[in-house]
Amino acid sequence: MSLDVDGLTVYYKSLRGDVKAVDGATFQIADGEIMGLAGESGCGKSTLGKSLIRLDARMRYVSGHVELDGKELPIWDDREMNSFRFKEVSIIPQYALSALNPTRKIGTVATELLASRGVRMNGMRPELERRLELVGLSTRVLERFPIELSGGMKQRVVMVISSLLNPSLLIADEITSALDVSTQRAVAEMLVEFRDRGFVKSMIVITHDLSVLYQVADTILVMYAGKLVEKASSEEIINSPKHPYTQLLLSSLPEVGVRYADKRLSGIPGRPPSLLEPPEGCRFKTRCPLAFVKCGEEPPLVEVEPGRSVACWKVAPC
Amino acid sequence: MRVGPRGEIADVGTEIPASVAEAPLTPTGAPQTAPPPAPRSEFLYFALRNWKFVFGLSLVLGFFLLALIGPHLTPHKPLAFTGPTDGRPSSDYWFGTTSFGQDVFSQFVNGLRAAFLVGILGGGLAWLIGATVGFTAGYRGGAVDDVLNMLTNVVLVIPTLAILIIVAAYVNVHSYVTEAILIGLTSWPWAARAVRAQTFSLKTREFVDVARLTGRNTRQIIVTEIAPNMSSYLLMMFILLFGGAILIGASLDFLGLGPSEKVSLGLMMNSSFLSSALLLGSWWWFLPPGLGIVGIVGGLYVMNVGLDEIFNPRLREL
Amino acid sequence: MLKLDACSKTYRVGAFGGGELLAVSDVSFEVAPGEVVALIGESGSGKSTIGKMILRLLRVSGGTITFDGVDISSLEGRKLKEYYADVQAVFQDPFSSYNPIFKSDRVFAMLRHEYFQGLSGSEWQAKLERSLDSVSLSPPDVLGKYPHQLSGGQLQRLLIARALLLDIRILVADEIISMLDASTRIDVLNLLGELKSRGLGVLFITHDLSLGHYISDQTIILRRGKVVERGSTQKVFGNPIHPYTKMLLASVPQLHKKWEEAATELEVPAAIAGERPIAAVEETPGPLVEVEDDHFAAVGPE
Repeated sequence: MSLDVDGLTVYYKSLRGDVKAVDGATFQIADGEIMGLAGESGCGKSTLGKSLIRLDARMRYVSGHVELDGKELPIWDDREMNSFRFKEVSIIPQYALSALNPTRKIGTVATELLASRGVRMNGMRPELERRLELVGLSTRVLERFPIELSGGMKQRVVMVISSLLNPSLLIADEITSALDVSTQRAVAEMLVEFRDRGFVKSMIVITHDLSVLYQVADTILVMYAGKLVEKASSEEIINSPKHPYTQLLLSSLPEVGVRYADKRLSGIPGRPPSLLEPPEGCRFKTRCPLAFVKCGEEPPLVEVEPGRSVACWKVAPC
Repeated sequence: MRVGPRGEIADVGTEIPASVAEAPLTPTGAPQTAPPPAPRSEFLYFALRNWKFVFGLSLVLGFFLLALIGPHLTPHKPLAFTGPTDGRPSSDYWFGTTSFGQDVFSQFVNGLRAAFLVGILGGGLAWLIGATVGFTAGYRGGAVDDVLNMLTNVVLVIPTLAILIIVAAYVNVHSYVTEAILIGLTSWPWAARAVRAQTFSLKTREFVDVARLTGRNTRQIIVTEIAPNMSSYLLMMFILLFGGAILIGASLDFLGLGPSEKVSLGLMMNSSFLSSALLLGSWWWFLPPGLGIVGIVGGLYVMNVGLDEIFNPRLREL
Repeated sequence: MLKLDACSKTYRVGAFGGGELLAVSDVSFEVAPGEVVALIGESGSGKSTIGKMILRLLRVSGGTITFDGVDISSLEGRKLKEYYADVQAVFQDPFSSYNPIFKSDRVFAMLRHEYFQGLSGSEWQAKLERSLDSVSLSPPDVLGKYPHQLSGGQLQRLLIARALLLDIRILVADEIISMLDASTRIDVLNLLGELKSRGLGVLFITHDLSLGHYISDQTIILRRGKVVERGSTQKVFGNPIHPYTKMLLASVPQLHKKWEEAATELEVPAAIAGERPIAAVEETPGPLVEVEDDHFAAVGPE
């Protein structure tokens, strides 16, 4: 499969105007690729992920063009997207822990979801059970209520159910953030396993945690204030980041091995701009140590090497 | 509404309040705590534009003014047998006369006074007890909560009207103050329950811990931290108790269990019923008190619905 | 300075309080001036419970907590207030730590009302500005604003400034940066480092091992209410003994090392799809045994 996103722009309507959550996003994902979508809070990564499946009623599609496996996704229309949801594009939502209806058994939730897509549970049951075992859950979990499961178990159940119909694209929205470090590892490795076994063709893993992305993602796309700033393979992003934001972000992450007494890390001064009225030109310029005159003009996302794009005048002057 | 892939905006969602749009989400994406109650100026803005609130308030204020100045508008005393029996409304007797020759208008406006007295006193007392019990049970928890909860449940399940009838039969209710106290002592349980539930959830918020670490004691924390957070709810609760007290008072009076030598709307309905006013066609006798009760209580409830919309941004129709 | 001795906390659970839940069991450690102690554990480990017991927000069920030799459970009224002038806290959720209907400087006003009534307006203002300066906040940026108008980082720093107004000696920092953005986390962390160098003792409660390693002098690994390993940070991280510690270290996602590498280095089986990958971890760790100087680990079952 392949995903082709061109100029996607999604806003939120608010009392004071439009919040320009995602502005002109353009990127591609190849068949079998796990792409990490990274950024801090408010950068638009969650909005971007959710807009591909259109599950949030507050979002307002403005413009842009999304093609999945050569077919156009009607992401501006709620009802038309319904035939794609769960079958071609699926999502593991943020707060999967509360995504399960507490008054329903897990098995009932799965049956209802399948029925809404015209698939009978009887036919799918062997596969469902196989996958539950794969993620380390007993099939008895289908008889349980969500409250009887731990956070990690619920996360894995939601992962299995979301990918049951083998979607081409799976969007995982901050699925490891609320988990303990040991469960986090198990869940993240499971994502890769799903891709390796062909349950899911490609994935977008949305998280603020770059270190998790280094472990599981093939490529990483970094967002800042609604714009894409850098896309490259995980190795390149982590080991040789080109965009100043990525560089500063990486250098502010303490790793096991780094101590305050030995090496003082520093953060990025300032705050991201308000998305109600974003500044002209590069949105990072007020916090960027490399900012210069040209930054008053918005830098395009340019491919500087094969498979590597950066949106920065310093890096990709043109 | 069908829209094209590029350009036209598909306007679907409800808006998110500005404070939510601007405030950053946490990196784990946990939802922001609820937006704070609108500051005063915003309250007035929305209040004056909400027709339910304005309509309800005007109605109640109208009746209140009538209760204040009404008795001065007519020369006739409410219980004096001055006029013709069963007289129709005339210039002398605006609302006509009863079958005993009493001025209905005079009775009506004095009855309004009694209604407001019972409402404010009875509702106020219930509010005070309910709030105290609710806050204490919710904040203290443990054994205190168990005891207060049991008390609340007991008073809740006792059929109030039955108890009031029994009590009123033994305690000679000579004044509306007594009646109001009786009502106040029996209608507080649901208020206590609601306050307790809210207090439980507020108690776990970290600002309560911070207040404790500043050396504040239980009473201070309830009054300065928790109650102000529920101010809109407490206001609405009072309005409901106010209206409820009037209704119960009218019911008691209608059953003949209220003060007998006084005048009230319920008592008017009682007398008119006993004198077969319906059969005789003396609509001017029972219609005003009936409409009066409906008007005040209905007005209060409509005002409350309006207040709910004003305080809760999600319900606003903009 | 602050000493915990065999502390435990039991909760009553069940319909009529018949059952018991042991949240914290037999925990002992000390915090000295100018020392940052990292209390590391996953959810359900009891780390927050320990913090709250130290803050007298929860009662200790067993064992003692002493501050300068005085048992804190005996403090009431004025003595408790004096204790709070020495020990304060900052919590996890900056937006929940402020009453949303009031402005954020109300936390300062409350403090002034309880502790600094004698100060004149200008004296208080000067003290406040000094405190804000020491957390790198400029007064016009943060005073007179509602909490939702400020960022998480600013709110957390305001709370630290509030604590500093009292000249505290111990700060309990309960997951104070887990809800902040990566770019602001390090600033708050560095602030703790600075305060440490001025003699403040910090109990840094976290689930994030890399943060603990960055800032702390002493590390305590907590699992289900019990201490499984503790000692100087460098020794615990450099030479982890207990299987649980090793498992935690192996699961931390690192920026330059894949999970398989870390697991092999630490001699820990690669994580399999399961709730607790390491079956070898005993259910009830035994007492702590000195493994080397300033490094203790729980070895063997009881």
